[in-house]
Amino acid sequence: MIRILTILSFLMLPAAVSATVIRTGPDSLLQHVLDRARPGDTILIAPGIYKQHDIVVRTSVTIIGENYPVFDGEDKHQLFIIAADRVSISGITVQQTGRSSMVDMAGIRLQNVSRVTVINCRVINTTYGIYLQNSRNCIITNNEIKSSATDELQSGNGVHAWKSDSLLIRANNISGHRDGIYFEFVTGSVITGNNSQNNVRYGLHFMFSHNDTYIRNTFRHNGAGVAVMYSKHVVMVSNNFEEHWGDASYGILLKDISDSRIEFNRFAHNTIGIFMEGSNRIHIMANAFTANGWAMRVQASCESNTIENNNFRENSFDVATNGTLMLNTYRNNYWDKYEGYDLNKDGTGDVPYHPVSVYSILSEKIPTSMILYRSFLTNIIDQAEKIMPSIIPDQLRDDTPKMKKWKL
Amino acid sequence: MLTVSKYVFLDLLKNRSILVYTAVLAILSFTLLGLDGNSAKGLLSLLNITLLFVPVITTLFSAIYFFNSLEFIELLLSQPVKRTGILLSEYAGMALSLSAAFVVGVGAPLMVLLPIGASFVLILTGVLLTFIFTSIGLLIFVISRDKTRGIGAAIIVSLFFTLLFDGLMMAFIFSFSDYPIEKAVVGMISLNPVDLARILMLLQLDVAVLMGYSGALFKDFLGSSAGSIYSVVCMLLWIVAPLMLALRIFRKKDL
Repeated sequence: MIRILTILSFLMLPAAVSATVIRTGPDSLLQHVLDRARPGDTILIAPGIYKQHDIVVRTSVTIIGENYPVFDGEDKHQLFIIAADRVSISGITVQQTGRSSMVDMAGIRLQNVSRVTVINCRVINTTYGIYLQNSRNCIITNNEIKSSATDELQSGNGVHAWKSDSLLIRANNISGHRDGIYFEFVTGSVITGNNSQNNVRYGLHFMFSHNDTYIRNTFRHNGAGVAVMYSKHVVMVSNNFEEHWGDASYGILLKDISDSRIEFNRFAHNTIGIFMEGSNRIHIMANAFTANGWAMRVQASCESNTIENNNFRENSFDVATNGTLMLNTYRNNYWDKYEGYDLNKDGTGDVPYHPVSVYSILSEKIPTSMILYRSFLTNIIDQAEKIMPSIIPDQLRDDTPKMKKWKL
Repeated sequence: MLTVSKYVFLDLLKNRSILVYTAVLAILSFTLLGLDGNSAKGLLSLLNITLLFVPVITTLFSAIYFFNSLEFIELLLSQPVKRTGILLSEYAGMALSLSAAFVVGVGAPLMVLLPIGASFVLILTGVLLTFIFTSIGLLIFVISRDKTRGIGAAIIVSLFFTLLFDGLMMAFIFSFSDYPIEKAVVGMISLNPVDLARILMLLQLDVAVLMGYSGALFKDFLGSSAGSIYSVVCMLLWIVAPLMLALRIFRKKDL
């Protein structure tokens, strides 16, 4: 029986392959063309400006734009709504969706679909760029998603995914939205090679999204780089976090995260590299923290985290905390402020390093005292505290600090 | 007047103390910057040296030199030249040669080993500090009655600005931390050229951490270029004010 079915399906295959190619231009309505198309058809869209909106794709077609035809929502309308599985859309420009407080206006919306791909599209000045609702196995790749949001309330997200699974978000350039990429109840997805910058709130935002991975992304100059909240088993590897400045700015903000990995990332010129709150069993390994205000801020509500084999260089303060309870492990890190010695020449310092500097504690209590930072007097206080720790938390220490920096 | 300046300048360049000062600065700079490849750390150490050495050495050296050249100044005054002209040219020669020492000793190694923006700012602050404390040294010379007292005053004044002032400031901040003292603190900072120099560097090296504090002081004043401009303007005032005062007193001084 199975064999017959196989043979039958092979006989059917040519019919699928011989799907037609339909050409269309700015003069005809794309909606009509789509409604008449059969599954498997390819629709080629000629260059030009299309003042058409709320285009609903209900059949599994391939939409290809030639030389980026422009779909303009005239600041009032949504543009593409994809409501069929296996749709592929590529090479088009979608712009000016406008804003609404009733609907989340999206450039390209994916509704309850699977195996949809969005490739090489330009999404310009939309409230939400690409919006995935309850979708599975979709691929969003090589898109240029640009907007110019100025405040959080009036704007949307570049790539917005809600209640989805197994997504691949790859090599997109996202800028000027509220969040570059937003995940809510999204599981088993991969975000890789994206460039998310100049977003008002976060470069990447996770809410209740488990088992996700993001690797080799660059987050630059967002309100904060990545916010990971209320999620489990998140893997964060080889990302760049740069230039997140401000009094609530972080490279990574971890809030109630557990069983995750942060490895081989670079944090440079952020006000705070990693901010952790209520987070457990996170493995922070082989990251480079360079020239940040605070490399890490680990609140006392964090437990069983391991921070090892990292490089801490040129940071104003290495670690800050808000209590005396220390339930995390620091080991084998390189700290450029370490002044200990290594008598047996095994590459590990013989005296422990205390990453919390006394002045970071003082300035936290009285921010104004920061104006005396790096003066001769504060250097004396720092030295005195190193010899006789009384203010800094004695338990927070690296017992095996490295003498030479790791090659990362 | 220019001739006098030139003479003072050349005389100082031949001075053994200036040569030693230059050499010490140069050796320190090269060692600190070459240390384990961490250039930012070296820059910080150089900043500390600049903030501690430059005020103390400049004030002391200039005061001593002025006292030593008292006879030369008296000789010049027997000629038909203005008193202010002589004092100004003495000042210019002194400040220029000490600045030259600083630029050669610290500036040259920095330019070779670490040519970044922060290095330029460090050189600028060093030169400004040299001008300021030469001008203070001149004021001490003009006010003091004899050399011993003058040197004593120079030591006290330079230590006041490098150490004592910050201590008082810290006591002030800690005891009044419950009050809105931010503006008062900025005002107080302007009273100490060493702190102004330090803040100028802080804005180069630690912007990231300064942005982490909420409050108008750090956001608006220190976070923007206004802070740097304010510091530089205050430092320029610190050059001019003691100098003018010294000239006024010297004009009427009974030598």
